[in-house]
Amino acid sequence: MKAQIHITLKPGILDPQGQTIQHALATLGFSGIEDVRVGKLIEMSFEGHSAERARALAEAACQKLLANPVIENYSVSFE
Amino acid sequence: MRFGIIVFPGSNCDHDCYHVLKHVLQQDVRFIWHKEHELGALDAVILPGGFSYGDYLRTGAIARFAPVMTEVIRFAHAGGIVVGICNGFQILCEAGLLPGVLVRNAQLRFASHAVYLKVENAGTRFTQGIRKPVLKMPIAHGDGNYFAPPEVVQRLRANGQILFRYCTASGEIADSANPNGAFENIAGIMNERGNVMGLMPHPERAAEAVLGSDDGLQIFTALLKLY
Repeated sequence: MKAQIHITLKPGILDPQGQTIQHALATLGFSGIEDVRVGKLIEMSFEGHSAERARALAEAACQKLLANPVIENYSVSFE
Repeated sequence: MRFGIIVFPGSNCDHDCYHVLKHVLQQDVRFIWHKEHELGALDAVILPGGFSYGDYLRTGAIARFAPVMTEVIRFAHAGGIVVGICNGFQILCEAGLLPGVLVRNAQLRFASHAVYLKVENAGTRFTQGIRKPVLKMPIAHGDGNYFAPPEVVQRLRANGQILFRYCTASGEIADSANPNGAFENIAGIMNERGNVMGLMPHPERAAEAVLGSDDGLQIFTALLKLY
């Protein structure tokens, strides 16, 4: 069982990395891209846990370590 | 005064802090490895600069859970003096001992040069006796852009918890003097209780005239006035 954890900057938090990528894309001719935001994707594999238990573990990991609630949101999905 | 300097894998300003405290100020100081479970008898703890745990995930995020941090947090809650410099500031924010977070520099570049700091509150345990209104010392960081929600910054301001702000040589707070995009040019803050301080600039690298500035020494000597 594999979880995908997406960590994204909260709306309104400045993302200089995303802005730089957006500018680079515009320079390369990719027009009409209104905004680029950069986040993290963490893949987590589980063995021997029920789906509920795996989800609970992934959520707890996000809250304790993987995301900083001051600036980041997270979402957990399972394949 | 008895100082402990916490050493994480990737700390690289630990010896600079040791040098200033031991050889410039003749204080009792020792290193404490991050795996220790005891601090021993100390008056102050320093979390030095560096790249603890390679800055993986977020700066300070992994170091914050090092075994010794349980004791540092306990020490801070008991009223002990804790100072976090650069990476140490990032760790203190991740540990929840200071509000806010240090994010990527707005210009995305690592910033390594001297800055000027306006002393915003000279009436704290960390700034008492600082006579100069503007201090000069270096910064060296890629993630020093202080951010906290506006209501948090409002509270910091109202409580006098903002200690240092980036300014021009003449002490003017200006965007041009902001090296990393920090909210309101914030360079250093303390907690509400006034016993935990974090700052991005490096006072330990500006503690002897031969280094171009000894303004940083004033921050260390402020601590000695406590004892």
